[in-house]
Amino acid sequence: MMALHQEHTVAEPAGGLMPSGPDYHDQVVSRRRKGRAWATVFQAAVLVGIIALCALLLNILNQSFGYVAIVNNIDPAELTVDDVPLNRLPKEKLVEILEANISAGLMRRYEHDRPFAERSRENVHALILERVVEPKVQATWGLFDSIFARGSVFAEAEERFPGSDVNFRSWLTTSFISNSQSSEPLRAGVRTAILGSLWVVAITILFSFPIGVGAAIYLEEYARKERLLNRLIQTNINNLAGVPSIIYGMLGLAIFVRILEGFTSGAFLGIGDQSTANGRTIISAGMTLGLLILPLIIINGQEAIRAVPSSLRQAGFGLGATHWQVIWHHVLPSAMPGVLTGTILAVSRAIGETAPLVVVGASTFIALDPSGPFSKFTVLPIQIYQWTSRPQDEFRNLAAAAILVLLILLLSLNASAVLLRNRFDRSQAGA
Amino acid sequence: MSRSAPLAQAAVSAETMRGPVAGGDRKGETALGGGPQMDLRRKPRVAETLIQGFLFLCGAISVLTTLGIVYVLGRESLLFFANEEVNLLKFFGGTEWQPAIGRFGIWPLVTATFMASMVAMVVALPIGLCIAIYLSEYAPRRTRNILKPILEVLAGIPTVVYGYFALTLMTPLLRGIFGRDLVEIYNTASAGIVIGILVIPLVSSMSEDALRAVPNTLRQASYGLGATRLETAVRIVLPAALSGVAAAFIVAISRAIGETMIVAIAAGAGPNFTFSPFRAAETMTGHIVRISGGDLSYDSIDYNSIFAIGLLLFLLTLSLNALSQWIVRRFREEYE
Repeated sequence: MMALHQEHTVAEPAGGLMPSGPDYHDQVVSRRRKGRAWATVFQAAVLVGIIALCALLLNILNQSFGYVAIVNNIDPAELTVDDVPLNRLPKEKLVEILEANISAGLMRRYEHDRPFAERSRENVHALILERVVEPKVQATWGLFDSIFARGSVFAEAEERFPGSDVNFRSWLTTSFISNSQSSEPLRAGVRTAILGSLWVVAITILFSFPIGVGAAIYLEEYARKERLLNRLIQTNINNLAGVPSIIYGMLGLAIFVRILEGFTSGAFLGIGDQSTANGRTIISAGMTLGLLILPLIIINGQEAIRAVPSSLRQAGFGLGATHWQVIWHHVLPSAMPGVLTGTILAVSRAIGETAPLVVVGASTFIALDPSGPFSKFTVLPIQIYQWTSRPQDEFRNLAAAAILVLLILLLSLNASAVLLRNRFDRSQAGA
Repeated sequence: MSRSAPLAQAAVSAETMRGPVAGGDRKGETALGGGPQMDLRRKPRVAETLIQGFLFLCGAISVLTTLGIVYVLGRESLLFFANEEVNLLKFFGGTEWQPAIGRFGIWPLVTATFMASMVAMVVALPIGLCIAIYLSEYAPRRTRNILKPILEVLAGIPTVVYGYFALTLMTPLLRGIFGRDLVEIYNTASAGIVIGILVIPLVSSMSEDALRAVPNTLRQASYGLGATRLETAVRIVLPAALSGVAAAFIVAISRAIGETMIVAIAAGAGPNFTFSPFRAAETMTGHIVRISGGDLSYDSIDYNSIFAIGLLLFLLTLSLNALSQWIVRRFREEYE
């Protein structure tokens, strides 16, 4: 291009010092045009990213709400007594209805589990829905179909499932959050999975936060960079951050679940069901995820500690504080917001992690709440994976609702990290 | 920190020589203690040494993790290859993976992995690089401040959600475009595209860091010679940041190879030696998840085989990561 310029200036000396002429003008125009075209391409790339994010979120919203065609075994309208609808009947009447419709053996079993005198009206009502009405989902439609193609949804339901109830259903409800897992999609919930996730994350934090911060302090405050061992540790941490998460799962399976089974199954404390006890417990999962996010916590912690001005340390040493006193009273407090932000981000990674926990062996069907670090468990992402793998549409809807719960959880965690960072930035600026 | 430690020692000595500081901080005094005739030699501080030892152990745990990974994967792989049904030649030469009938050829899993990763790279590398160039060279500050968090959100979404996205939106979309006969319900193309979307933020943020690290003087010199914005970005800034961009690409490939949940959900279950991205095929990671998700008895050949696959995966990603670090070190352009 530069050669072209010169040719022109030589060929047309009348043009003065600046290159000019029709050829030159054309060239400038075409360069400009090319620049504009590519600028559009770059913007389009950004747009693709945003569209992908929107498509992902809209797809989940679409699947979380929408019309459902339900066929009942017995129409609740037939169960009215003296024209009072089912959901307004007193408990005694409900028990009578239940008794009239289910076998005596089943009735005795319920009585044995918990006497009907002690059961609440809601509980009996739920039993009637479960055993007598027996609603079955026949088909589900997405939110957009339900809004924009309402007529065809009803027509299709009438044609394929005559006699079905077509209702608008939000799969994400309070009972979805408070119910435990069930093979019946209308009654399934994520309480067990949420509690499992919280337990696992609690263990992960307890395990990885002290060790991660400790390692960050060692590397930034104590380690002499010229020593081979310390360089090895640093390189190693950077490499660990790039290891696929499933490899950590295999590490957890071999070490925590298998070799340390006596510890992770709780057998050494004599707790848990000894006959079925194995190492596939909350503590194994927590420690596996702990190892997984350790490099992230260390790297973020190092950055936060490095950002503490060294004048602070010099002042501490100048007043005669020991090395640890300077770290504990001065370096750590001012590095803490940064350390915490990094930790929250690492923890939100741990909450969404699925693959290592599948390998470590989160049990897939657990209806009992986890009772402690040595109990079997399932977690939200695994529950989502499980429901997604089912071929039926209604389980996809459940998975979408569970994804919403997970995303809301992660969003609130990330928002707190951002708030913390902003607050930290402001107080630093004020200092 | 290596500089501050002797400095601290000097500070302590200087202060003790002058005796205790009047009205000094309480904590400072406990550290110093002593009256005018105190011993000025360095005293052994047991607590300080213990703390330092503990912190060193914390750092050492990361090394132990690596050793643990190598030991576990190596040991179980050795057990796997010690089995009379298996040998290295069959493992790397066979095109059929059927543990039930003793066929252990790794190729179907490897080809599926590479196909999904290649589709992912076709999506992620151009888009990621374009986003990086836009953010670094074109976008005004305010746009950048809006776009960066959006990309961070994209990077923060759990992979199982992407898997759901691949199965419930991308696959129907592909089947709608290319026809239901051509595209199977589970296929590597849809998984690959979604992995691509997943690694876009990684590519764009790492490349953008590299582009922004190029000093402004280069851009100004280029503008001064009459170059357009595009010419400056593509012919001046990009070559100067090439090592960082290449490193980003390689890390993205490594991430795509190790990606698990998307392929486990959307790419299909069951090894399949095929080169068509529209057919179901199981990747290495997908296979590990499916086998270990079932009832797995220790010391069975299934159990050992997933560790052999894991070892291959580990070595593959590790060498890619090492390569990217080497590229950065070797080809970095220093402008000081």
